[in-house]
Amino acid sequence: MADGILVKNLNAWFGEHHVLHDVGIAMAPKAVTALIGPSGCGKSTFIRCLNRMHEVVPGARVAGSVRVEGQEVYAPGVDPVQIRRKIGMVFQKPNPFPTMSVFDNVVVGLRLAGMRERAVLHEAAERALRQAALWDEVKDALGKSGVSLSGGQQQRLCIARALAVEPEVLLMDEPCSALDPIATSRIEELILELRSTLTIVIVTHNMQQAARVSEATGFFLLGELVEFGVTRQLFTNPHDKRTEDYITGRFG
Amino acid sequence: MTPGARRAINVVMSWVAASAAGLVVLPLLLILAFLLWQGASAVNLDFFVRLPKPVGETGGGMANAIVGTLILVALAAGLGLPLGILGGLYLAESRDRRLPWLARFLADVLNGVPSIVIGIFAYTLIVLPMRRFSALAGGFALAVIMLPIVVRTSEEMVRLVPASLREAALALGIPEWKMLLRIVLPTARAGIITGAMVAIARVAGETAPLLFTAFGNRFWHQGLDQPIAALPLQVFAYAISPYDDWHRQAWAGALALIGLVFVVSLAARAVTSGRFTGVR
Repeated sequence: MADGILVKNLNAWFGEHHVLHDVGIAMAPKAVTALIGPSGCGKSTFIRCLNRMHEVVPGARVAGSVRVEGQEVYAPGVDPVQIRRKIGMVFQKPNPFPTMSVFDNVVVGLRLAGMRERAVLHEAAERALRQAALWDEVKDALGKSGVSLSGGQQQRLCIARALAVEPEVLLMDEPCSALDPIATSRIEELILELRSTLTIVIVTHNMQQAARVSEATGFFLLGELVEFGVTRQLFTNPHDKRTEDYITGRFG
Repeated sequence: MTPGARRAINVVMSWVAASAAGLVVLPLLLILAFLLWQGASAVNLDFFVRLPKPVGETGGGMANAIVGTLILVALAAGLGLPLGILGGLYLAESRDRRLPWLARFLADVLNGVPSIVIGIFAYTLIVLPMRRFSALAGGFALAVIMLPIVVRTSEEMVRLVPASLREAALALGIPEWKMLLRIVLPTARAGIITGAMVAIARVAGETAPLLFTAFGNRFWHQGLDQPIAALPLQVFAYAISPYDDWHRQAWAGALALIGLVFVVSLAARAVTSGRFTGVR
């Protein structure tokens, strides 16, 4: 029952500050959706609502409906831990666990979920590292510290870590903003490879990146989803004046 | 300002700062030198393996006190470290405002309470109901002294763990308690161990709280519910005695105490300097 991500009437607050206003969006399964918009427009908050990470911040609140692959994320009684296990997340800055080796970083999700069999862990680590296009670079250095890798490798390590628990959705919050252009293009290639198996949502400041990797793009402004549509169309023939102003560089 | 004057000031200020650093470590070096000078002559194999001789006889050693101090410190660490580390974790992680504030304040007050008062506390709480001095009471008193140090250093170290690591763990579907115990604590490990070592070094040399809890004993350890010897107690008793031989042994005892703390610190360093350390 692959029906992607369906969001209705999503509102989010930080304390009294209302940061998302009635966002509604339907993201296709096994496709890449890009979210663009100026800093502070709520796009990061939005994807953090999808895997219930928004509520981790003290004072943060959410209201509305998010259905991921048919399951209501905010239904009463739903354990956020179960939701997050199905929805992987990659952050702006690479954040491998500094006390762990490359191998331990990749399998930490499985291990802390109770998996102890070495063979299973090894298989999962290799699969995830291959998926993240990092295997060839680290296969002889699995015991090395995760933070000893380069920034781009660290980010791919974080992607491998998220993939190792076999999520159905991968959320990426500006995954390339701390990386150089070469590392960025590797991550983009990776996104294009992964989209056949996963539903991917990527927040980016880089409009060329959105155009290169995504099928659909949403434009956020001041906590509202201004426009959402097929990427090519949004960039070449936007319906909304504000979208046009943003993508032509008139503000933001 | 001419370049010459700038350079001169630079040289002078560097020397001032270097001398200050020298002065800071000077007392430690003097104490070590004096202890070695006075105590080294009484340090021999007997000192480490023999019991004290009866009053009036020369010779004998402090083996019972060395073992006693190790037992007392182990008791204190066994009680104070888990409690202190978990307490520090709570103070660092709690979203509540009032209780952590109060606990932090009380820990700081406890840190300033004279150790003899803590001895009286342990005396009232454990020695009086048990109707005898005991290793347990001594270990308890030392644990109380350790607690605020361990709690506050653990809290600071846990706070140093970046929020991004916590988010990474939560986003992987790791429950919060596992995230804290398996990701946050190991990342803060090196700093927490350093704090634990400081606390252990501090209590290993405490005398006052042991006076009427552990009490001292001139024989081998006889059970945790019995009075037990401790190096600082024995050093104190020997130092105020009228016998030259005991004075020499008191010096040797002090030297052994410093040596013990030194070895423990080195061991902790060796443990924490292992591969991937987190925050320090």
